[in-house]
Amino acid sequence: MSENQWQDEIYRVLKSHDVRHIAYVPDAGHSAAIKLAEADNEMTSLVLTTEEEGIGYLAGVHLGGQRGALLIQSSGVGNCINTLALNQMARIPLLMVVTMRGDWAEFNPWQNPMGQATETVLRSMGVLTWRADAPQDVVPLLNGAAGMAFNGDQACALLLGQRLIGEKKWVK
Amino acid sequence: MGEVTVLDRRAAVATLLEGRRDMLVVTGLGSASYDVMAAGDHAMNYYLWAAMGSAMTVGLGLAMTQPDKSVLVITGDGEALMGFGALATIAVKAPRNLTIAVLDNGHFGETGMQESHAARGIELDRVAEACTFPRTLRITTMEEVEVLRGHVAARDALTLASVKIRADNPPRVLPPRDGPYIKNRFREALGFSPI
Repeated sequence: MSENQWQDEIYRVLKSHDVRHIAYVPDAGHSAAIKLAEADNEMTSLVLTTEEEGIGYLAGVHLGGQRGALLIQSSGVGNCINTLALNQMARIPLLMVVTMRGDWAEFNPWQNPMGQATETVLRSMGVLTWRADAPQDVVPLLNGAAGMAFNGDQACALLLGQRLIGEKKWVK
Repeated sequence: MGEVTVLDRRAAVATLLEGRRDMLVVTGLGSASYDVMAAGDHAMNYYLWAAMGSAMTVGLGLAMTQPDKSVLVITGDGEALMGFGALATIAVKAPRNLTIAVLDNGHFGETGMQESHAARGIELDRVAEACTFPRTLRITTMEEVEVLRGHVAARDALTLASVKIRADNPPRVLPPRDGPYIKNRFREALGFSPI
């Protein structure tokens, strides 16, 4: 898979699982999927002011009989912690795709605390997690996570590592 | 700000729900849930017991997926304040079938009646208005509650109503707490099967 083709593939995989709602807080790693979602008349895209809004929104989407996904950055996982009780207690499916910061080759050390805690925190709140660090892992891992989320009423997260996304260029 | 007339919360909620048809109700955790339960349990009630600040966003997700049904979020001022940013998120979509009724007593009733921001000059209907909600109301009479019920049924504009209620704690009427039960019962009422 060519460099960054995986970004388009994420959107294709989500569509193949009948995802009709994309709730997001933007990140460069999600820019392709967000752009595709915003341009797609069959997709409802929802920009959030903070990530936990997406947990509530997608719970409502599930109650209303449809599927959605939450695209966020690892720092936003911290904002979701308490709200994730909803998924665990009500067995409401949740599919999260999380771009990592503070993970590898991070320039801004202030990203490190939440980045290093992201997977631990998700697991502590009952979310199943997988990590993709190579392009060829993205599609199979996302397929598996989506299947377990929607067929099992389970909260699932795919973490996209910084080795996959590439180093953020701080000086142009 | 001087004291305005305030309503009995149970009477206001019972009036809002009276004669409901095809109405989906989401309740914020705490007293708002007890008020809705006191008016009568219903398969199309979704009671939140946690995730404070999420009642409005759950309502948004429902409204976007069930455009032919009225979605009514009934929550308290404290719960709504915790989901403040959602007012902006909801206003961007502005579903016509979504009504948010904030039972506003200016207090955190569940935790010892501490004063909330709503008792200190922050009016949630004005916040919603600033967020471009097409209809915002501040309700102090039962007649206005009945008008609000008409708006819910009409599904003609995204609405937030601040319903001014007395700061008291009527006896708790507890809704079911089993999360999968509440969820599956609600979805079944809409025709969806469990996994």
